[in-house]
Amino acid sequence: MNKTVLDLWVGLFVIAGVAALLFLALKVGSTSAVSASSSYEIVARFDDIGGLKPRAPVKSAGVVVGRVADIRFDNKTFDAAVTLRLDSRYAFPKDTSAAIMTSGLLGEQYVGLEAGGDSQVLKNKDQILITQSAVVLENLIGRFMYGQAQEGASQ
Amino acid sequence: MLRQAIENLGNRTIQGVWRVGFASRFFFAMLMHSGTAFRRFGLTIREMYFTGVLSLIIILVSGLFVGMVLGLQGYETLQRFGAESALGTLVALSLVRELGPVLAGLLFASRAGSAITAEIGLMKATEQLSAMEMMAVDPIARVVAPRFWAGVISMPLLAALFSAMGIFGGYLVGVHLIGVDEGTFWSQMKSAVDFQQDIINGVIKSVVFGVAITTIALFEGYDAPPTAEGVSGATTRTVVTSSLAVLALDFVLTAFMFRGLS
Repeated sequence: MNKTVLDLWVGLFVIAGVAALLFLALKVGSTSAVSASSSYEIVARFDDIGGLKPRAPVKSAGVVVGRVADIRFDNKTFDAAVTLRLDSRYAFPKDTSAAIMTSGLLGEQYVGLEAGGDSQVLKNKDQILITQSAVVLENLIGRFMYGQAQEGASQ
Repeated sequence: MLRQAIENLGNRTIQGVWRVGFASRFFFAMLMHSGTAFRRFGLTIREMYFTGVLSLIIILVSGLFVGMVLGLQGYETLQRFGAESALGTLVALSLVRELGPVLAGLLFASRAGSAITAEIGLMKATEQLSAMEMMAVDPIARVVAPRFWAGVISMPLLAALFSAMGIFGGYLVGVHLIGVDEGTFWSQMKSAVDFQQDIINGVIKSVVFGVAITTIALFEGYDAPPTAEGVSGATTRTVVTSSLAVLALDFVLTAFMFRGLS
């Protein structure tokens, strides 16, 4: 085969392959919305995190503002310390509250942030003081049955 | 009788260890003599035409059909849970993470690997390799190394083309045939597929498969007995061994890459 024709075909093959890679990178995939360079971390302590997992989204008013970076058990206070990595474009007041919510009835769990009214904002390594744990279905049912039994006893 | 059996076992063990040693010496000799493959890049480009460009048709067509089947089957299952909007995610993740590299690797092994083995085996059988050595041309540098690098460069490109074609096939079936909303198809896919976690790992997989397949194919050809029967046996072994190697390596790589994800 003629050498220039061969070169042309191989060139076309390489261009097509690189174009496919670019298509996968730009159209199909997305780089993680929050990169390490433009983010800050805050810690929220929960009594019970339910089924929360690392890389779960952190949302405020339904908009994703960051991700759960790390979850660990604190052996001194016996609660869960959840590190949230937030995009530095968003600043939250000092008295912001965090709650673990579920999207839909059986969906994934995420951390919802409810902004407070303080004039000072949360900085890197700050702690969120007001938190609300995940709703665990078994506890809910247990409390309901306990309440029913008490009602029955008082009548 | 018993002595005969033990002798047989010993002989097979020695043969096996010798083959493994020869294969690794062959692999390192190939890397050491790779200079020519880059200095005379025309040789590598020629081999890329035979391994890469000529595999394009089978890769593109299979990718399209695999994507279309994924679209149909995925929709069948997802619509039972009312989750047909996740069709794009299902198609893209399964192609980019697993099916793209693995199926492209299997096709590459049977399309290009067998051809490499047969070519080098015949070169050996007709004593072309010995003739090169007589002319002080190193056959590993002149014949083997360019084929190796051509395979290693072609494989990730073919896997990327397979995945892209498959996603296009899934899009055709999902959006145009079944009627999943086009916007949700692409946006759900984009939000679920991570560039570093999924796409880069898929590319790493395909590079590893490329190294494994071309090394096995070249070694089997170089090691083939110089007879018609020997070459045909070596060609069969190339396809079987490299397919098994791709599947086994895929399990090991997946275990390392996606262990901490779920």
